[in-house]
Order: sequence, then C-alpha cells, then structure tokens
Amino acid sequence: MSLRPDLAAIAAMIPENARVLDIGCGDGVLLEHLSSTKHVDGRGLELSQHKVNASVARGLPVIQGDADTDLGEYPSQVFDVVILSLTIQATRNPKAVMEQMLRIGRRSIISLPNFGHWRIRLGLLATGHMPRTKTLDNEWYDTPNIHLCTIADFVDLAESCGAVIETAYALTPAGDTKPMSPRSWGPNLMAEGAIFVLRVDNHGAGI
Amino acid sequence: MSDPIFLRPLTAPDADRGEAVEFGPDNALELDSGRTLKTWTLAYKTYGKLNEARSNAILICHALTGDQFVASAHPVTGKPGWWETMVGPGKPVDTDRFFVIGTNVIGGCMGSSGPAEVNPATGHPYGLDFPLVTIRDMVRAQAMLLDHLGIKKLMCVMGGSMGGMQALQWTVSYPERVVAAMPIACAARHSAQNIAFHEVGRQAIMADPDWHGGAYQEHGTQPSKGLAVARMAAHITYLSEPALQRKFGRTLQNRGGISFAFAPDFQVESYLHHQGTAFVDRFDANSYLYITRATDYFDLAADFGGVLAEAFRGCKTRFCIISFTSDWLYPTFENKRIAHALNAVAASVSFVEIESDRGHDAFLLNEPEMFGTVRGFLNAVASSEGVA
Repeated sequence: MSLRPDLAAIAAMIPENARVLDIGCGDGVLLEHLSSTKHVDGRGLELSQHKVNASVARGLPVIQGDADTDLGEYPSQVFDVVILSLTIQATRNPKAVMEQMLRIGRRSIISLPNFGHWRIRLGLLATGHMPRTKTLDNEWYDTPNIHLCTIADFVDLAESCGAVIETAYALTPAGDTKPMSPRSWGPNLMAEGAIFVLRVDNHGAGI
Repeated sequence: MSDPIFLRPLTAPDADRGEAVEFGPDNALELDSGRTLKTWTLAYKTYGKLNEARSNAILICHALTGDQFVASAHPVTGKPGWWETMVGPGKPVDTDRFFVIGTNVIGGCMGSSGPAEVNPATGHPYGLDFPLVTIRDMVRAQAMLLDHLGIKKLMCVMGGSMGGMQALQWTVSYPERVVAAMPIACAARHSAQNIAFHEVGRQAIMADPDWHGGAYQEHGTQPSKGLAVARMAAHITYLSEPALQRKFGRTLQNRGGISFAFAPDFQVESYLHHQGTAFVDRFDANSYLYITRATDYFDLAADFGGVLAEAFRGCKTRFCIISFTSDWLYPTFENKRIAHALNAVAASVSFVEIESDRGHDAFLLNEPEMFGTVRGFLNAVASSEGVA
C-alpha cells in the first residue's frame, strides 16, 4: 500500500517502537503502516465515526473524538510523537490544539497546506476569487479549512506557543519532501505544503 | 465437574446442559457484603478447544437474565443460544480458533448458586437468606472457575450490558489476567434512571401476594404476575421508540376496532404480555431481585475516590468499547466516559459507536458493523498473542 507523500515523509521520521498518537487518523492508514513497519504503539483520534469503525475493524486502537475538545483528556508527555497531518487548518482553535499537542507529546509533527504558495497568491490577484487548488478544493462557504495559513504564519504561531522547530520540510508539487529553512521566503512562495517537527525545550530532548 | 441442576424442567432434555463446578469449604466465596458462601456452585458451558499454550481463552459474560448457553440450545426453552450470531465456528468469536467459556453468574438460576437453591445449612431453599451479591462477587467467582479450569490468563473477556460490567470489573479486579476486554453497550455505574427502572421491577415482584416474602417455594407458589410485569417494564427499556413504532405502531389486535375494555387492544400490549409470560417460564423471581440489585450497586469508580480513570491506572489490558446510537438504557455517553477515563491513564482503547435504531438489544441482534469490529479487534489481539 502506498502512503500519501506527506504521510510517507512523516512515517520516515518516526523511530522504532515509539508511542504515537495520530490526531485525525482517518481510516488508520498511517497507524497501520507504523505498527507493521516500525512496531509502533499507536493510538488514533478521529472525528468521523465511520472512519473510526473502519480503523477498529482493522485492529487499530482508535477512538472517536474532536481535536478541539478532547485532547485535554490525555495526560502530559505520554507519547513520543503526536501527529496532526493536514488537519490544523480545519480546527476551530489551532493555537489551543498546538499547545495541547506540545503538552501531550515529546515531539509534535504537524503538516499543513501552504496558503502562501505562488499559485494561490497569483490566483487571488488574477481572478479576484478565493483560490482553489488540488488540496484545497472547496468553495469558500463550504470549506472545512477555516484556519488557512502560510508557512510564515505557522512559524509565528509555533514561536508564540514556545515551540522549538527541530526540522522543517517543504512538500513539493511532485510529492517529494525537501529540508527547508522555515524563516526563508523561498519555501513560503514555492512549497505546496510543509511538515514541521516541534518540541518544547523545557520538556527535554531525545525521542 | 458435575451436571448442573436446573430450577425449571427441561423442555429440550437432549440439549447439552453444560457443566458446573461445586466448590467446597476450601474454596469458600467471600462476598462484598461480608458474608461467605462455604459451598457454592458455578455453571458454565465451553465451546472450542483450549490450545497448548492456554492462550486462546475468551470468557463471555451474560446480561441480566442471560446464561451460559451462548452458542448452543437452551436446555429449558430449547431456543438457540443468545449470541449464536456472534459466537461459533467461523463467527466473529471463532470457536475454531478460540476456547470460549460462557459463564453463568452467582445469584443466578441456571445451575449456579442462587436464592432458589437449597441452603445446605437448613435444607430449605435460601430465598432471601441468600447473601446479596455484587458484580465484583460474580467476577471473583468466575476467577475461581478459571483457576479450576487451569486458565491463568484470558485472551479476552467480553459481554454486553451486565456482561460488559463484568468485563470491566475483570480489568479492575484482575488486570494481569486479562489481555483484552470488550465491554459492549454498558456503563461504569448504574445511573439514577437505571436504578429507578429496576426498582419498579422489584416492587412489582414483591407486591405479588404469591411472593410470600421471598419464601414462595415453601408455599408452593410463584410470583408469576409480578415477575411478568417486571419483565414487561424492563423490556421497554431494551428497545427504542422508533423500533417499537416500526414494529407495532398503533396496530390493533382485532380488526373490529377498539374494545372499550381493558383486554389487550393494541399489538404492542400483547407483545409485552408474551414477553412477560415467556420470561416467567425460564427465570426465578428472587434471582431477578438479586441480579438487578447487583447491577444497581455497580459503580467502578466508587473505590477510587469517584475518579473512574484511577480504576484503570496501570492497566495493560487492550479495550474495545462498543455502543449503539439508539441505546437509551446505557447510552453512548456512558460508554464514552469509560473510553475517556482509559485515555486519561494512557490505556489502549478503541471506541466504536454503531448506528442502529434497535435500542439496547442491538448488541444481541444482527449488526454487521459490530461483527466487523469484534472480528477485527480479536484478530489483532490474537496475532499479538501468537494465537493461530
């Protein structure tokens, strides 16, 4: 089974035997991959009951829940890695979600679509309409993506949450990942999305 | 091991009666009430084969008025086992792979010690002299049954309703003996509404003049009317409003119209009457009092300062919790409370809510999504435990 490119890139960052929480785990494809290839002790939280049922039928420990309201239930620092893939832009309170992730996990991996991509910038300038792309293909009035941001915006948020960006990767249109410098203007213009590995310093290092 | 003796005459005498273990004074059962049963019996029925490593055992705990005949004919009624859609060769709980133990409960009336059995101290039926039992007592008795069977560890303990409560209690009383647990359509405590409905049932039994303060066996009577009313009231809580409406609506018994009298006019009335009378033929009224009381007393958090999560702290058991959308007896939020408590101590938990309009009884019915969940979960547990 081939993983979505951003998920494959995230999977490559997870150490063997890690304890992982995948928030918005969908039908559990990443968790299943991690448990079969890296013996990861994985848990999932997913909003759609239908997808939860599909995950559990595949033997994955997943519960139905909402990142905006249910992360407070988890104790602090129990997971090695907490993952939020292409979901932060759909949460009601991205800052609170990020703070909870930093509390629950020793590392947080967050991927997001980049609203600063040149095609989006140009689209708005040229057409005067809200831009639509392959990954953000909804009308403005029925989109789940209520908190879109650029890479530069995300970096600001991470900083305001007291997070240290350990590594950052740009997602290219071809589906590859390339290490990037989070503060430089190039990726914010050229990358379709990004993956960040975050931690809070006072929680110590070492996965 | 012995042949269980049943309170009611067998209508299916050729059916397998299962087994029973008689425990003597060396294995007295100490109860939460402070009383002790010096000699006692627990009835059970097994399916499939225990593997050499003794690692493929699944304990199935039954609901309020269920029994050990999970997947084979009931010897008293002759009806199929109550979970034959779930348990059997090739079924989600596959008896070709797993060793399934259907266990009865202490206080019951299907071959285990209960108020209808003879008190060895007096030679008369116990009646209300039988000690009150709790869910924890039931589980303690089951643990002694497993000792007797030489099973140290269960691959899974599962059950619906009161069976789910026993499964939860197992993970708190004997966490090291339970690899996985599947509590279905249950709660970690009885709510005020749950207790209220049970009290209606108990009062109906005790208000029947044939109850004789619980000593009806000695009077050669049976509080059939009271027990039937108790069952009728309880049965409504097992269904849902849409299910009742779909099945019966306002359909009349008699096409001639309403009778302007109190004989059953509506089909739903005669359906409930039938449920009541059929129940009386297979169940003991005092047992009903004892077992409803046991579920009312159930509150897993009570010993942990009222914090449910503390009950599960350090528990390595893998949980899979299942609820049904239309279950108003043990609604989804009660099941979810358990999932949240498990999360709070970083236990391994799956939680599935299944869409069904059949109410609480959905767990006994043909619900393909439930079967898929159970099959997937048990497969995952079996493979991590090296069970073929």
